[in-house]
Amino acid sequence: MSARVVNNRAWWLVLPVVILVGFNAVIPLMTVVNYSVQETFGNNRFLFEGVKWFSDVMHSARFHDALKRQLLFTAIILAIEVPLGVAIALAMPRRGAWASACLVLMSMPLLIPWNVVGSMWNILALPDLGLLGWTLNSLGINYNYTRQPFAAWATIIAMDVWHWTSLVALLSYAGLSAIPPAYYQAAKIDGASSWAIFRYVQLPKMRRVLTIAVLLRFMDSFNIYTEPFVLTGGGPGNATTLLSIDLVKVALGQFDLGPAGAMSLIYFLIILLLSWLFYRVMTSGEEDS
Amino acid sequence: MARIRLERVAHSYLASPRREADWALKEIDMEWADGGAYALLGPSGCGKTTLLNIVSGLLQPTSGRILFGERDVTATPPDRRNIAQVFQFPVVYDTMSVHDNLAFPLRNRGMAEAEVRARVRDIAALLDLEPVLGTRATNLSADGKQKISLGRGLARADVNVIMFDEPLTVIDPHLKWRLRSKLKELHQRIGLTMVYVTHDQTEAMTFADQVVVMHEGAVVQVGTPVELFERPRHTFVGHFIGSPGMNILPCEVRDGAARFAGRAVATANAPGAAIGRGGGRAELGVRPEFVRFAADGIPVEVTRVADAGRHRIVEARAGETPIRLLLGEGEAVPADARLGFDPRFTHLYVDGWLAGEATA
Repeated sequence: MSARVVNNRAWWLVLPVVILVGFNAVIPLMTVVNYSVQETFGNNRFLFEGVKWFSDVMHSARFHDALKRQLLFTAIILAIEVPLGVAIALAMPRRGAWASACLVLMSMPLLIPWNVVGSMWNILALPDLGLLGWTLNSLGINYNYTRQPFAAWATIIAMDVWHWTSLVALLSYAGLSAIPPAYYQAAKIDGASSWAIFRYVQLPKMRRVLTIAVLLRFMDSFNIYTEPFVLTGGGPGNATTLLSIDLVKVALGQFDLGPAGAMSLIYFLIILLLSWLFYRVMTSGEEDS
Repeated sequence: MARIRLERVAHSYLASPRREADWALKEIDMEWADGGAYALLGPSGCGKTTLLNIVSGLLQPTSGRILFGERDVTATPPDRRNIAQVFQFPVVYDTMSVHDNLAFPLRNRGMAEAEVRARVRDIAALLDLEPVLGTRATNLSADGKQKISLGRGLARADVNVIMFDEPLTVIDPHLKWRLRSKLKELHQRIGLTMVYVTHDQTEAMTFADQVVVMHEGAVVQVGTPVELFERPRHTFVGHFIGSPGMNILPCEVRDGAARFAGRAVATANAPGAAIGRGGGRAELGVRPEFVRFAADGIPVEVTRVADAGRHRIVEARAGETPIRLLLGEGEAVPADARLGFDPRFTHLYVDGWLAGEATA
């Protein structure tokens, strides 16, 4: 027995992290798991329901609609923010005072809380008072986000693009800055056009940071809540009821903890699955290197 | 292909250079013959890469002209100079196959695909890259990648010059030798002008017919490896080239002869001119290879003997001045050590420059 003296006191050193992760992730997640398999009544009475809520959610048209909206929203966001971010990074100066100024300017939107971004755009886009809404209407464009689903979508997308394109731009910029000058010099000597330089030098070298940028933007936009909530609360009608909005309506509006728990877990698994897919696709070419 | 001429070329990275030290490259005139193999040799920061980038067109010189043959290319961008450059770190296009890498400069110039394929095959054969043509360039080792860099240069017809900027830096030692002999072989086979930048004297000496030694932005000597060895024009060349470097011994010049440690020392260059100008710091330069134990020589104290394989390096001291010499196998260090210098390879330097030569 004494041959294996192990100093178990070292485990105490891990304790803070264990507690942190426990309170932060494990306990809340388990609570959700707990809710998702029970029917909740008042007075802390619960009834075990098995996978009933999961089956209900999977077959609910409402969930399907919210999921479709969510997928469309995220697809649009990625389709705009990634190319735009890369384009901005390419246009940013590489050195000198302007480079620093650009970096500071680009980080500004990232420092603003979601809620404030939502409120800002809400006011900016007010059809009668807001600078944007008023201007659009004065120009003869009928714009009212409380009535037109398209206007509401456009506004939320504009908010997100304004808020988060910087992130993609800054990450791409970091990727670009890491390319040794010899690559550009060699490409110049090889007579490469700007497009060829982008396609064969810059883009391949940005691949890793772009993977991170796409993953972050995917996960974040899939989780979007504050912007549509502040703007229209998911309306007009259900037009901007994305997954989070729907989830909160079920959990806190209707207080259906069981279905909400099941929905959360399904939501979580979708993000996990799609993130993994993205990651696999974007890093597939590196396997053999 | 063409002869390359640099006329009064100088470069400063500053907008308005004032002091001597502001110039990364001091004014030089140089001519490189068509088909020659040249090395630019010097320590880090001596201006050799600056010079290289001026020839390739990546840098615009502050003043002076560059001519390829009779054509003034000073303002011509690198892609239209028809040059090739191999960089310190291998540059390959990661996402492309080896074949596409070699084809890249040709396709950029709009060559027909059938011709591209034929050309790439030739180059791959030349560089032994045939077996890996289909693999992705990132999967090759550093020396393979460096061959691709070189191949992209060779692929183009009528390249004026291929320039190498310390191309063996990241290559494993045992492969360095192989790649270096490959370069030499290529030079003999295709007869292109090649300019090779390095701080490694062995690389320079084995590669080049003519070595350009640079120091603090200036060219101190251009010569064959033998000339650099036997007749360094500057004490810098003396101690930078050779291992161990040349002995540099402070001396006096009196009665038409150089005197060291109280004795007259015969030199290959006449000290007369130096005395005529009446001054400057006088030094004797003699390589350890040309110092011998001699019964009637300068008395010294031997401080250390180090074994260096085929020979031994003897460190001695004449008064305060250290002198090194090489001792062949089987030769013994005499008890009463006295040194003599081979007068054919002992030179007098004034202010660092070989006495009697015009300073640059």
